[in-house]
Amino acid sequence: MRIAPKYTQRIAIALLGGATLLTLLVLLFIILFVLEKGLPAVTWQFLSQAPRDMGRSGGIFPVIVGTFLLPLLAIAIALPLGVGTAVYLTEYTRETRLTRVIRFGTDCLAGIPSIIFGLFGFIFFVVILGFGWSLLSGGLTLALMILPTIIRTTEEAIRAVPNTFREVSFSLGATRWETVLHVVLPNALPGIATGIMLSLGRSIGETAAVIFTAGSALRMPTSVYDSVRTMAVHFYLLAREGISNENAYGTAAVLILAVLGVNLTAYWIMNRFVGRHT
Amino acid sequence: MTASTQTKVDVQAFNLHYGAFHALKNISIKFVDRKITALIGPSGCGKSTLLRCLNRMNDLIPTVRTEGRILLDGRNIYGSDIDVCDLRKKVGMVFQRPNPFPLSVRDNVSFGLRVAGQSDPAQVDAVVERSLRAAWLWDALSDKLDEPALELPLDQQQRLCVARLLAIEPEVILMDEPCSALDPIATSRIEELMLDLRRQYTIVIVTHNMQQAARISDFSGYMLLGDLIEYDVTKTLFTSPRDPRTQDYISGRYG
Repeated sequence: MRIAPKYTQRIAIALLGGATLLTLLVLLFIILFVLEKGLPAVTWQFLSQAPRDMGRSGGIFPVIVGTFLLPLLAIAIALPLGVGTAVYLTEYTRETRLTRVIRFGTDCLAGIPSIIFGLFGFIFFVVILGFGWSLLSGGLTLALMILPTIIRTTEEAIRAVPNTFREVSFSLGATRWETVLHVVLPNALPGIATGIMLSLGRSIGETAAVIFTAGSALRMPTSVYDSVRTMAVHFYLLAREGISNENAYGTAAVLILAVLGVNLTAYWIMNRFVGRHT
Repeated sequence: MTASTQTKVDVQAFNLHYGAFHALKNISIKFVDRKITALIGPSGCGKSTLLRCLNRMNDLIPTVRTEGRILLDGRNIYGSDIDVCDLRKKVGMVFQRPNPFPLSVRDNVSFGLRVAGQSDPAQVDAVVERSLRAAWLWDALSDKLDEPALELPLDQQQRLCVARLLAIEPEVILMDEPCSALDPIATSRIEELMLDLRRQYTIVIVTHNMQQAARISDFSGYMLLGDLIEYDVTKTLFTSPRDPRTQDYISGRYG
């Protein structure tokens, strides 16, 4: 039996709308759940003081600092490498077997579980290179982890730059590098920014790769050779070792708000930026 | 027509292949200094390809192979001693569709300067004003320099592209159907501009519009299937063509 188009239309709207609603509800539930359990612990003291007694009391200030320093270091390392690779793959080579292999490689890299990165980072950066559990080891490990994302999003952004722009630039006597610098990258910037934000989000919440490489020291770091603890790791240790459920949820609430804040800032910056161009 | 016929660009027995396709067949043509030369012919005849040989834009297509020489002021632009970027600064191009960058009017015109590393604001402003004046845009845009170029009407966008080109001080201007996206009034503005630019620049225009070729050009070449069939003073070519194929085309029996 055939259902009249009028009804299939309604059923489609109901199903698709329902799926969207369910997704939103789950998301909302998780956020509200964490905030509800965690926010009571979040006070000014919690945000501004150092932890005492392994985090049983006191605040999480050094942990917040570590949470932001580590991804920023990772992006500072991965951005030039990733953008450079993407520019090379899109602007300087023709599509060959080699570029396909490179692209396949980066895709594989993206699919590797983060704990493997952690293990590699531990063996290579912490032990072999002797950086110890440190911001540097953690930053390098996270950089490797987010590199595929940065390469991929930058590649997509570069491909989206209309070819006529390049043609005009060449016709005005610009070299390939000048064209990349003055035409391709500025126009790809919103896309590259998206990649940075995705990477930032992924690395802020990363636990497995970080705990093996950056360690879990509760002190305030004073150099890149100091160990740091991120909020995700702090949460994991507090909950896992039963130190303080209250402070664990407090940390989770701050982490969620931080990620939310980072994303909102990113959207705001991107809107401003894109608005300037068109 | 004046008697001055100094050759600016001299194409000598030039061939071009796209892979196995022979797109330009033994073309020899001289483009005269400070004159407008129109290349006409049906779609696919090779006129745009020939145009793009003059600033080596065809180099960007991987399968292209060329033979023969093209002399600019007596120097072979396909010679090994030629810097393609320098060549393109001398032989500039205006494209079929207006294609300003998604930047302000000022940043479009000063693009070439920025690439060259010129950042002195007074210098940039001077070049922007001079170029916009030369493209007949200064009166319309002098108070809109910081507005987005993409919001201008199409014919202003196209003249902005001309201004962007004039800012790098070319000697030859190649125009690839510059009016095909424009309405008749906008077209006539571009044509008047071209007649004005002829005083300083050598202009080669590819056009589908035979009236346009007849109106503005000093010399015309008719191309068909990769051959240059006939090349002459425009008036002669349009009133008494020597080749029957040219006759067919200009009388509308072909294409």
